Amino acid sequence: MIQTDKKIGWDRNEMAQKVALDIPNGSYVNLGIGIPELVADFVPKGRELIYQTENGLLGMGKVPENEMADRELVNAGKKYVTAIPGAAYFHHADSFAMIRGGHIDVCVLGAMQVSEQGDLANWSTGAKDAIPAVGGAMDLVAGVNRIFVITQHLTKHGDPKIIEKCSYPLTGKQVVESIYTNLAVIDVKEEGLFVREMAPNVDFNYLQKRTGAKLNQYAQRQV
Amino acid sequence: MINKIVKSAAEAVNGIHDGATVMIGGFGEAGSPIELIHALIDYGAKDLTVVSNNTGSGHVGLAALIENKQVAKTICSFPRTANSKVFPELYHAGEIELELVPQGTLAERIRAGGAGIPAFYTPASLNTPLAEGKESRVIKNQEYVLEYAIKADFALVKAETGDRYGNLLYHATARNFGPIMCTASKVAIVQVKKIVEPGQIDPETVVTPGIFVQKVIEINNPVDESQLVEEEMSYP
Repeated sequence: MIQTDKKIGWDRNEMAQKVALDIPNGSYVNLGIGIPELVADFVPKGRELIYQTENGLLGMGKVPENEMADRELVNAGKKYVTAIPGAAYFHHADSFAMIRGGHIDVCVLGAMQVSEQGDLANWSTGAKDAIPAVGGAMDLVAGVNRIFVITQHLTKHGDPKIIEKCSYPLTGKQVVESIYTNLAVIDVKEEGLFVREMAPNVDFNYLQKRTGAKLNQYAQRQV
Repeated sequence: MINKIVKSAAEAVNGIHDGATVMIGGFGEAGSPIELIHALIDYGAKDLTVVSNNTGSGHVGLAALIENKQVAKTICSFPRTANSKVFPELYHAGEIELELVPQGTLAERIRAGGAGIPAFYTPASLNTPLAEGKESRVIKNQEYVLEYAIKADFALVKAETGDRYGNLLYHATARNFGPIMCTASKVAIVQVKKIVEPGQIDPETVVTPGIFVQKVIEINNPVDESQLVEEEMSYP
């Protein structure tokens, strides 16, 4: 391996860490499938978060040792999980009462596209031959108080995921509060997108070139 | 004496007619009543509308019921899983109809069906293709989509413990849609791992009160769907 001294951007763990730092102590949190699941590994010492998984568990714990897996104890991605001491099981109507009723504080989701108004597309590319599947994403963005998106800045094809208007079918309109990518942390404000933090060796021009919507800089560094 | 216990899975599914709407519990394999589904395959009812979160894995359980061409329509939130082969094929061939519903809306439509509520407003799916053609209404400055309740003729559900009155306890996240599907169906058919005497389930902990359940069948050692899929088993 050739060591390059100029690493550009954050890796997935670093992205997850950025998200974890922004979730207040005591929050009830729903983590989407994939990169969002990593957030649980980076909760700062001294903070306690309670994880809800919409298939019916509040107080989701870590992945079990393989031989201990209970096949009927799964998360929303149908992976085997554990329940912490103090966990609760419930049926789907209660689960979505937690979500739609505004009882979940933070939800971290992946994205296919995010618009500059905070519209999120993360369930379908709208391709005619694809089998549509939505799960709980629309209920989550409609009901959870704060929606954080964690995603690569560009698609696998190198296209920007953050754009003026989503071309894919929406999951929800004006729902995203902040976007955590491998290049930056970006807040969605009424006045547009504001760059809160840039990853190592990323500057504003570099970031803007890879973003399909106008980025703004905060007037002064927020303390 | 009230006794909802039946002696076999075949007796449990007896009477499920062609064209029936059948709710099937389960989130993936957790809570999937696989023995009851296989009994329904043996029984052979056709043109079913199936209400279930997923469409099954491999060639067993719900996937086998679909593969056996007994299902005309599915009402479902996530018809894809890592191992779903059957549904995609039939869907692409235009041989099965899909009504895609957000998961929480699906749950609430079932809950409403069981609770005598004909319809309700929800913010989920607003401004998305899944709200197209649906009525909406502004309530206190926020727009909502009108969704209708779902009721079923039958429900197939898996629980952990039951008694002859139909009182039920569940296990872990296998609970998922079971309790609400029992309420929303005329005939809720439940497979339990263990039948106990009335009174042995603490009334304080009953999850599904017996009034919502019509038939209970004991299957003490249910198969693991994931294991059958791994072994590439198929049913029948």
